[in-house]
Amino acid sequence: MSDAELLTLSAILAAMVRAATPLVFAALGELVTERAGVLNLGIEGMMLIGAVAAFAVAHADGGILLSIAAGAAAGMAIAALFAVLALGLRANQVACGLALSLFGVGLSAFLGKGLIGTPIEALPALPLPGLSRIPVIGKALFDHDILVYLSVLAAPAIHLFLFRSRAGLILRAVGENHDAAHAIGYAVLRVRLLAVLFGGAMAGLGGAYLSLTYTPMWVENMAAGRGWIALALVVFATWRPARALLGAYLFGGVTILQLHAQNWGVGVPSQILAMLPYVATIVVLVAISRDESKIKLNAPACLGKVFHSGR
Amino acid sequence: MRLEARLEPSRAMMVAAPLLAVAATLAAGGLLFAALGFDPLAALFTFFVSPLGDLTGVSEWLLKATPLALIAIGLALGFRGNVWNIGAEGQLTMGAVAAGGTALALYEASGFWVLPLVLTAGVLGGAAYAALPAVLRTRFHANEILTSLMLNYVAILVLAWLVHGPWRSPEGYNFPETRMFTDAALLPALIEGTRLHVGALFVPVVALVVWAVLSRSFLGFQIKVIGLTPAAGSYAGFSPNRVIWFSLLVGGGLAGLAGAMEVCGPIGQLVPSVSPGYGYTAIIAAFLGRSHPLGIVLAALLLALTYLGGDAAQIALAVPLAVIQVFQGMILFFLLAADVLIRYRVRFSARVQTGGTR
Repeated sequence: MSDAELLTLSAILAAMVRAATPLVFAALGELVTERAGVLNLGIEGMMLIGAVAAFAVAHADGGILLSIAAGAAAGMAIAALFAVLALGLRANQVACGLALSLFGVGLSAFLGKGLIGTPIEALPALPLPGLSRIPVIGKALFDHDILVYLSVLAAPAIHLFLFRSRAGLILRAVGENHDAAHAIGYAVLRVRLLAVLFGGAMAGLGGAYLSLTYTPMWVENMAAGRGWIALALVVFATWRPARALLGAYLFGGVTILQLHAQNWGVGVPSQILAMLPYVATIVVLVAISRDESKIKLNAPACLGKVFHSGR
Repeated sequence: MRLEARLEPSRAMMVAAPLLAVAATLAAGGLLFAALGFDPLAALFTFFVSPLGDLTGVSEWLLKATPLALIAIGLALGFRGNVWNIGAEGQLTMGAVAAGGTALALYEASGFWVLPLVLTAGVLGGAAYAALPAVLRTRFHANEILTSLMLNYVAILVLAWLVHGPWRSPEGYNFPETRMFTDAALLPALIEGTRLHVGALFVPVVALVVWAVLSRSFLGFQIKVIGLTPAAGSYAGFSPNRVIWFSLLVGGGLAGLAGAMEVCGPIGQLVPSVSPGYGYTAIIAAFLGRSHPLGIVLAALLLALTYLGGDAAQIALAVPLAVIQVFQGMILFFLLAADVLIRYRVRFSARVQTGGTR
């Protein structure tokens, strides 16, 4: 390959990483939530709220860290609303999640109206010393902003938490059998609340990445289904963090390939190419769900079930 | 304050919860307007009452309630049987595409049969598109929430491709739209001088038929049993796959009909966007209407009013149009909160006997 081609390859890989990052955040957050037995379909809404909050702070010159924190906090705040309904008032989790997504789309568009079309400076890249100098991969993998690194580190951290820590064991116990966990004396609802809030913060970070770096602008409905793709990724990952990371990168690849195919002038209309990530989601979901036992063995046994201690 | 389980779900609360939710939404909406610096009562009047001041307003109201009611009645069938079809927006779009394609193919034709054919194509288009999540669920166990939702994005891209590409009007100055349909493919007006068309008459008919199926047929009984206790359904030998197929095909067909009526009614051609999110709002209508056809018609009327109210508020108060979705989301949130009263009683007593220590 010539130097120019290597440069292109490097740029494509870097773009893939960027496209994957919001999915990594959202999928890992939902994974923890679901491991605690709560199905939150509201990721799309939480991402959008996180995106608009982070952008608003960045737009007001709040600084990098404050903008990121605002995205996480906003995602968490709206997730708390879900928790009140689904955990506190024992409402149907599917319905609550849908409500959260619909409401999040509307509320973010409402709050973000005045921010449309005002660009901000993207988060600065922090090239890792040494590593970023490696040819091709260096530019592609080790020359990103802080959120990208954070998302990649989150996967092993969550793995260690879930499978190597006592708190993680309790969280999984609550997700597998809430009655038994309750009988042993664990506070089921408190564990679930924390898991939902964590999921909200992660979705908010995913949204913050979209509006702070990926675009970097506020565009109505800019999550464009990524929250739902993240939900499918959790199933694809059979509730394991490393696989969720891998899945998100595969989807990042699909997204970038279709964008580049549009640029290369492949003889396929752009609208058809744009369907690829959505179609790929369906294909992946079907491939993993075909074997019913795979889902049954891996899904948290109490996923989506209402817990009532007074029974 | 704590929740105490009722022995039986409260029927009174089934009816009262939506009313409580609407009242709470009005209160929260008033607070929202007050926070934006408006007089809350005047703003609520602008939002909910002023749009219905004349015949045009009322006709536009019924025009918007029509697709909502049709779609929600179909979705409610599935919700009763625990089939979560979130893909009505895509099924509506594919219904519009099928109807629009038929109308364009019959561009030279005239006659009374054109319109029924076009509408039927819409129904079949929506039903066929809903068959995809049905196949994926029954054959491959893929979750219908995610597949049907992904298909929404695909459908909107299909429509965009058609109006930008092969179906673009030759005399449309390169705008992404098809030709206007001929009169033979357009729904006649129900009230002269308004956009309200005869398609609105489908609503009472469909509501009645679905009510009869749900409450008077064996199939309706099976749907209910499988929805309430899947295990009991399978012991009785009821087929869950039949319920999945039935509710998705009917839901998709009704959404397709709604899409066909939009393009053969107020729009009159295919354009990149044929629905302001009716497919999603209908989910709220199905919940708010308690999955009962009559309740859904009332809920659709209320939610249709939020579209008009959003328009009016945008003009009079200069608030963003997204206020529509904010109000719709609030209604659903408050409804889900109020629903707790159906199965639980709120007790304000001190801790006499909490569940955990028994």
